[in-house]
Amino acid sequence: MLAYTVRRILVSIPVLIVSTFIVFLVVVNSGDPVANFATSRQPAPSKAAVTAFARHIHADQPVVERYWNWITGVLHGDWGPSVQTNLDIGHDLFTRFRVTVTLVAAAMLIALVLAVLFGVFSALRQYSAADYTITFFGFLFLAMPVFWFAVLLKQAGIWINEQTGSQFLGTIGEKSPYLDVDTGWNEFTDRIGHLVLPTITLALVSFASWTRYTRASMLEVLDSDYVRLARAKGLRRARVMTRHALRTALIPLATVTALDIAIILGGAVITETIFQWHGMGEMLVQAATTLDVYRTMAWLLLSAVVVIGFNLVADLLYAVLDPRIRYD
Amino acid sequence: MTVIDPGEESGAVLDVTGLSVEFPTEDGIVRAVRGVGYRLERGESLGIVGESGSGKSVTALAVMGLLPRSARVRGSVRFEGAELLGLSDNQLSDVRGRGIAMVFQDPMTSLNPVYPVGYQIAETLQRHHPDLTKRAARERAVELLGTVGIPSPERRVDAYPHEMSGGMRQRVVIAIAMANDPDVIIADEPTTALDVTVQAQILDALETARAETGAALVLITHDLGVVAGHTDRVAVMYAGRIVETGPVEDIFYAPRMPYTLGLLGSLPRLDREEERLTPITGSPPSLLNLPPGCPFAPRCPLRREVCDSTEPPLHQAGPVGHLSACHFAAELVGAGADQVFDAVGADAEALARFADTAPSTEEDPA
Amino acid sequence: MTDTEAGTQRPRVDGEFTVRQRTQTQLVLRRFLRHRAAMISLAVFLLIVLWAFVGPHLWHYSYRKYTPDNSQPPSWKHPFGTDASGYDAYAQIMRGTQTSLKIAILIALGSTLVGAVWGAVAGFYRGFVDAVMMRVADLVLTLPLFAIALVISSRSGGSWYWIAVVIAGLTWAYVARVVRSSVLSLREKEFVEAARALGASDARIIFRHLLPNALGPIIVNATVLVATGILTETALSFLGFGVQPPDTSLGLLVAQAQTAVDTRPWLFYIPGAFIIAIALTINFIGDGLRDAFDPRQQRVRQ
Repeated sequence: MLAYTVRRILVSIPVLIVSTFIVFLVVVNSGDPVANFATSRQPAPSKAAVTAFARHIHADQPVVERYWNWITGVLHGDWGPSVQTNLDIGHDLFTRFRVTVTLVAAAMLIALVLAVLFGVFSALRQYSAADYTITFFGFLFLAMPVFWFAVLLKQAGIWINEQTGSQFLGTIGEKSPYLDVDTGWNEFTDRIGHLVLPTITLALVSFASWTRYTRASMLEVLDSDYVRLARAKGLRRARVMTRHALRTALIPLATVTALDIAIILGGAVITETIFQWHGMGEMLVQAATTLDVYRTMAWLLLSAVVVIGFNLVADLLYAVLDPRIRYD
Repeated sequence: MTVIDPGEESGAVLDVTGLSVEFPTEDGIVRAVRGVGYRLERGESLGIVGESGSGKSVTALAVMGLLPRSARVRGSVRFEGAELLGLSDNQLSDVRGRGIAMVFQDPMTSLNPVYPVGYQIAETLQRHHPDLTKRAARERAVELLGTVGIPSPERRVDAYPHEMSGGMRQRVVIAIAMANDPDVIIADEPTTALDVTVQAQILDALETARAETGAALVLITHDLGVVAGHTDRVAVMYAGRIVETGPVEDIFYAPRMPYTLGLLGSLPRLDREEERLTPITGSPPSLLNLPPGCPFAPRCPLRREVCDSTEPPLHQAGPVGHLSACHFAAELVGAGADQVFDAVGADAEALARFADTAPSTEEDPA
Repeated sequence: MTDTEAGTQRPRVDGEFTVRQRTQTQLVLRRFLRHRAAMISLAVFLLIVLWAFVGPHLWHYSYRKYTPDNSQPPSWKHPFGTDASGYDAYAQIMRGTQTSLKIAILIALGSTLVGAVWGAVAGFYRGFVDAVMMRVADLVLTLPLFAIALVISSRSGGSWYWIAVVIAGLTWAYVARVVRSSVLSLREKEFVEAARALGASDARIIFRHLLPNALGPIIVNATVLVATGILTETALSFLGFGVQPPDTSLGLLVAQAQTAVDTRPWLFYIPGAFIIAIALTINFIGDGLRDAFDPRQQRVRQ
């Protein structure tokens, strides 16, 4: 398994290089930051200033050389120049990464736990009123645009705060700018309060899709010969359901969960924008708006590494959960 | 033998009376089993024979209480005198595995892929013997694996199902079935999914299991040859009913139902020379909206008017215990398959049909 | 799977079966028609499409013309109210729905067309061709759809077809994967052998035999892509990276109304409800099709 892991990591390096190169080409060609600099500043910058700016962001170099300089620079911790002169992209990236990780982890955890509960319940009560209700809401949530739901939730949060006279549910940012009583506990509850609504927002779509997945997977297993044999052996229902049905039904779910990380990262961009979090989402939006090539690349590289990492975790998890899969 | 009067004093271990199973479907009600009854004495073995869709597997699942919830089951299933139908799933689970055990058709899918086979045997042991330690259960599992003919069982006990062949897996399933000394083992087509060479070994393993536990056996199969060597009595099922039943010799040498005769006629035999196989033309009726009359009538060479209007009851048709559901059972005395079914014509017809359908199967990927 | 060959099959004469024989197409159609949620969804979806494309020609306000009324709640004159600058929301939502639908449908068509051919060719030739083509598809799959679409479409200037092309350029690989796996199993079937024995060309086998028989999964995937497409486009437009004013899309309308949820709620809820209605009906239609094509499998993804 260790050898397999190492091999997988080695294989993903060329994949990462090819994919970042393609993305680099796309990003470099998707906008002209120099022209943007020349036209959008007031007063209009001098020709020399424009040339200096172009040199500063390496826009004067051929693209292959730019890519090579960038990728080797990243290995040494240099993430390249931003169009914002004083911004250290690497430092900014990792500060924001921590913010986003909290959100993504909380959302995934909640979505997963609830999805398994509701999915299994739905499967065990197939064609009951509860099953139809869960299925209907699953479809509804899958059809719900995240941004619309987020705005709605934000309004609901403000309303609840007004009704309860508290400020528990944060609707702006990942924490309050300042706290009246600055204790560790207060800071903790403040962060939790700010986490609630964005987490619900981000968890919603994954919850819906994983619930449907769990249900389908569970139904398939419940219909299997080995569950029938487990019952024919005289095992009690609870044991058949947990040890035989659920245990096996969860195997594909583990993979799907891990592979959905790319979708969740996309959802995080929208969620963070609406709740004004200073996370990776805001960074991507800013970088795309300002045509900031290296900042965009930093975001994409980190998320590519995360996605590839989750893919690997998914495969390893599969091997752990399913004895039929062996990697040697 | 086959119980028709329920008042009879019962020493039977399994007594099924008037069992019927219906499945509501989108297209209507499917009457999969229509009034099946049989009675199994302690240690006895009964073969149930029929084409796929004749209701033999559904009967077995109904006895075990393993049918999907949508199924409507009526009649009576008595195990050691106690009624099983109507018991809760929890109460039934005490009987399953310990009183009545079951072997399923496909060993490739019968075992849970994520647990070692030893664990799956130990699990059923500990279910019915809660005071058995983990260690003792494992030892017993090894012993059982040895009994059913798995070589070096100490090593194989920790193997996962996917590491074993189909035949080996079916032995494991048999080991699970015999683990708790059941009084009845129901084997549902235990050899159908296996290679011909392995089939005999599995039947031997089943015999060993019977000998060890003293269990009565219900052997469900579509293969008359399997029944011949391994059971005392035979029940032939067609379209959800038992159409003929009796001791093996009677059924084989003096069948009293054209369907049985047809089945025998389509069985290759080495003990007679120069005999042509006589296939039964057509296919079994749909169990949805079954027309009145004998369900075999459309395929029956002896069909007369009465066959289309009245479904014949199962009645005495020979020596004691030999029952048949044919209006003309008496006429079949001494008849051979080649006399009733058209052997020569069948051959030519079959060839013609083959030539006719062959190109269209190539076109049809479904 | 739709079976185009079955239509030309001679009727059987031997009368062996008591059940009436139906062609695959008839069976699929019958199962789909019986799926109530899918049928209602199909009707609703078609009504929305009709309304969005024909409606603007019949309505007396244009989506880009001011009216003297501003911030009006829904009334007979303005069924969906007006916004702060006096635009008629009914006209705007009609236009927004039209734009969003155009983009979503183009995404589905584009990526299905490319993906199906790509997957079929890879699956048919196998070996080296397959390896190269599928590595390319895998590469596309590793790109995070939303982020890349956001970066590229910032250049688009808001033209609807460019947005559709960008998103389709990132989603075709899903289709390619699905089609390839069904072609891999189809190519072993006897009817392909037969076609080959009769001397059919590779192109003919791929387009006349393999693709038609893989139509089931292809159609189901296409419907899923319409839903993905509309949700992606509206999200992009919401963030300001999609459709740009003066044109409009449902996502843009929600974005413009997000500060007015309390004061002019109709501007926020109605376009949102349209997005949900479209995505929901599409998902139900997809579900019905999946059941119709593949009734046995309570399909698990992948």
